[in-house]
Amino acid sequence: MPTATDIGLMILACGLATWLWRGLGVLLSGRLNPQSAMFEWVSCVAYALVAGLVARIIVAPSGLLAQTALMDRLLACAVAFIAWRLARRNMFVGLVCGVGFFMAAGYVRTVII
Amino acid sequence: MTVDGRRAFGTGAREALGVPAAVLGAGFLGYGSLAADAGYPVWLTLAATFAIWALPGQLVLMEMQAGGAAVLATVLAVSLSAARFFPMTLTLMPLMRDGSSKRRLWQFLLAAQLVSMTTWAVAIRRFEDRDLEDLEARWQYFIGFSAVCIGAAAVCAVIGQLLIGALPPLARFGLALLTPLYFFVTLVGEARSKASITALVCGAAVALLLHAVAPGWSLLGAGFIGGTAAYLLQRAHANRH
Repeated sequence: MPTATDIGLMILACGLATWLWRGLGVLLSGRLNPQSAMFEWVSCVAYALVAGLVARIIVAPSGLLAQTALMDRLLACAVAFIAWRLARRNMFVGLVCGVGFFMAAGYVRTVII
Repeated sequence: MTVDGRRAFGTGAREALGVPAAVLGAGFLGYGSLAADAGYPVWLTLAATFAIWALPGQLVLMEMQAGGAAVLATVLAVSLSAARFFPMTLTLMPLMRDGSSKRRLWQFLLAAQLVSMTTWAVAIRRFEDRDLEDLEARWQYFIGFSAVCIGAAAVCAVIGQLLIGALPPLARFGLALLTPLYFFVTLVGEARSKASITALVCGAAVALLLHAVAPGWSLLGAGFIGGTAAYLLQRAHANRH
């Protein structure tokens, strides 16, 4: 497990590395076309990377979520998404339904087992 | 500060205080609970929120550090997950700044730290409105809006962090799943084109496959392979028209 100092230094490094994109945007604004091929590629990479992150947390989590059932996590995602769509893209309805389902499923498991 | 400017700051702050702050807050509530689980003390949770100010990046950092990934791979992955800030800032800044601007470059460089998915999307839309035609008013509006967003995020992260220890196990699991669910719904909801669906599916598949062999590189691999596949598909599609 990393120490607080390790985490702190990494936060600093990652903060700077994230700010770099924002700072470059200020410095080069008006001089670069945001519709260029490079930006399209970079957004695709960012999107796929975050998709990978979410897949990893849902399918192979570490820590607390590792103690829960894979099937419950997958179903909770489906429930949250469907509820979100049915509620005309209301994020709260989606989250409440997903989390509610997840806790109910976990409860049913403790009762059955 | 002009009277107009101060009013725009208040307008921004007030408009953030509704749905934007609440949705962000839900995401950061879960983040705080995950941070506590990963062994972060409260001050580090806050430091990450202020220094990175991008929830995906903050989660990438937490995941990769917990998995013992290489420092360089981690910094690269966090940075790449926020790469969309470049074109976003590029399009936002000219709307707040021109040759006659009384604000200095360093002020814009600092304000750029406030750019996030939420603040950018709202600012771009609102800057078309008549009441925010003035550049100084836009600047004030953006600062006010962003300040409330960051404040709400920070407060919710701390609440999530403190709450996780006080809750019974079932509720603790629910809280820990909050942010992953939030991202799942956002990502899948955003995937409307073939290219973005490709990025989503490839990214997820590569991350899971690589997780078994090289966990420290799985997210970077997902980004590069899934992202490039999506990009090529998008190009091929665009060339056909």
